Amino acid sequence: MSDITTGAGTRGRHRRSPAGSVLLHGTLLLATAISLFPVLWLLLTSLKPRDGWLSSELEIFNQPSLANYTRVLTETAFPTWLLNSVLAAVLTMILGVFVAATTGYAISRFRFPGHRGVMWLLLVTQMFPVAILIVPLYNLMARLGLLNQIAGLVVAYLTVAVPFCAWMMKSYFDTIPREIDQAGLIDGLTPFGTFWRIVLPLARPSVAVTAFYCFMTAWGEVAYASVFMSQEEKRTLAVGLQQFVGQHWSDWGLLTASAVLIAIPAAIVFLLVQRHLVAGLTSGATKM
Amino acid sequence: MAITTGRASRTSRGRAAGGDSARGDRERPGPVRRALSRHWYAWAMTAPVVVVVGVLVGWPLARGVYLSLTDATEANVGRTIGVNVIPATYEFVGLGNYVDILTSGLFWERLTWTVLWTVACIGLHYGIGLGLAMMLHRKLRFRSVYRVLLILPWAIPGFVAAFIWRYLFNSDYGVINAMLKAAGLGAVGWLDEPFTAKIAVITVNVWIGVPFMMVALLGGLQAIPAELYEAAEVDGATPWQRFRHVTLPGLRPVSSTVVLLGTMWTFNMFPMIYLITRGGPGDSTEILVTYAFREAFTGVRNYSGSAAWGVIILGLLVVLASVYRRALRRQGEVW
Repeated sequence: MSDITTGAGTRGRHRRSPAGSVLLHGTLLLATAISLFPVLWLLLTSLKPRDGWLSSELEIFNQPSLANYTRVLTETAFPTWLLNSVLAAVLTMILGVFVAATTGYAISRFRFPGHRGVMWLLLVTQMFPVAILIVPLYNLMARLGLLNQIAGLVVAYLTVAVPFCAWMMKSYFDTIPREIDQAGLIDGLTPFGTFWRIVLPLARPSVAVTAFYCFMTAWGEVAYASVFMSQEEKRTLAVGLQQFVGQHWSDWGLLTASAVLIAIPAAIVFLLVQRHLVAGLTSGATKM
Repeated sequence: MAITTGRASRTSRGRAAGGDSARGDRERPGPVRRALSRHWYAWAMTAPVVVVVGVLVGWPLARGVYLSLTDATEANVGRTIGVNVIPATYEFVGLGNYVDILTSGLFWERLTWTVLWTVACIGLHYGIGLGLAMMLHRKLRFRSVYRVLLILPWAIPGFVAAFIWRYLFNSDYGVINAMLKAAGLGAVGWLDEPFTAKIAVITVNVWIGVPFMMVALLGGLQAIPAELYEAAEVDGATPWQRFRHVTLPGLRPVSSTVVLLGTMWTFNMFPMIYLITRGGPGDSTEILVTYAFREAFTGVRNYSGSAAWGVIILGLLVVLASVYRRALRRQGEVW
């Protein structure tokens, strides 16, 4: 899995006919165009002047400027929402990685009473639709005073992200030989010390993937955030942005500029870790 | 808690010791303590997850099931306004909500659309993903460039993608209509008609979901030993036969997983529908999950009805997953 580019062409002994080549590249180019176009168009629209999006003509450039970006950053609550989103996502990430790693390690290494129960819990939780949990969870949060609190949102996100992450971590730990743990124990480390000082550093790729997954779960979540964070200054990006294109008033200039600001960092990080992400996803799921 | 773990540890120890009788256990002191001293590391490490998931999923779930058996709405649940505490006045109504939902045409309409939506999305994800994966699996110039560019939609956060496409589909200012007009065709009110709105949401979800399938299947293709293809070729298999009898069986472990995961995700795909059409026009693009959400959080909030929808959705998914697992097991899959 790791060598997606080097494992190339085991079947390339036959030379492809020119027509076949054209067809192959043509199809791939078309697919690439479709995958790129919306993002490109987003970028172009965000660079148009204030009312540039209000055009029914096909225009690619229209006096490019950064006006929409300055408006978003200075005239709207975007910076606050961004801060809330970053805070929620980073907290979810840190807590999620720690909790998923310990759980993953325990179910990978120890056979303990309740082992199967924990595995089933993790599996079944992934199936739960938001719809059944959201009302009782809302009431629970209200009672605990966690509505409009980042902490409440983070805890809700953990229930979404951690079960899947624990699976991924478990399957990665399974690939690390147990002899390494035993060596650590013989050298006088506690089981937790073995985990923390020896196994976790070895599982760094998996930790990276888990961190990213937790971050993205929190970063892109809509339903919980819409319901739990009703106060204007507590909103996250996914909720706040809806305001730019409401039913009565919409400003796609603002929306496209903020979308670019959100998408570009996410895309860069994503492209860096995606290789591990896929390996983690598929191995985590096939080794049930 | 101590009682259950004690019992569980006794049975597992009994198994480990090869039939150590339960009577003997009871006479020796402190099986609970001994289990605790042996397993406390494992329990301590899993405790945070079990507690968090148990409290925030288990309790709401139990509560949701209970609510679904009552007639709770915003009007009759207890609440506190200032210093006045208004007690809850909702009542237990048994299976009434379920009967109402299952006998309403609305439910079956939404279910049909949800199934259609899931099947269409997963079919297109898998078909297009497999096609692209097989092309990228060949020796090809610019392969890694294609690969990175094709993955891009996956890298865009879901809600951002939803907003982008909503703008592209905008009937007055959207680029899709601008292109149609430039080509001499009439504009289409994409998100204003039930039929085109359905096509639009499926398009967006396919755009977002194909890269994941493609990459997962590409990984699967690379795990198929080249010797199998060579052997098939020596035996005179046609390309179609090689695809049918080598590629597809070789992909099965990956396929079965991604299709199951994809089905769950698509079935519960809240943000796409909610952000692109809000379920509209009317309720034509409302899938079960978004409809349950609408019941709970718009108009007079119908908590009990929404909870009943939620229980039904969960039931459908559990049935789906177990049928799927059984089908795989019958095919000799070790999943």
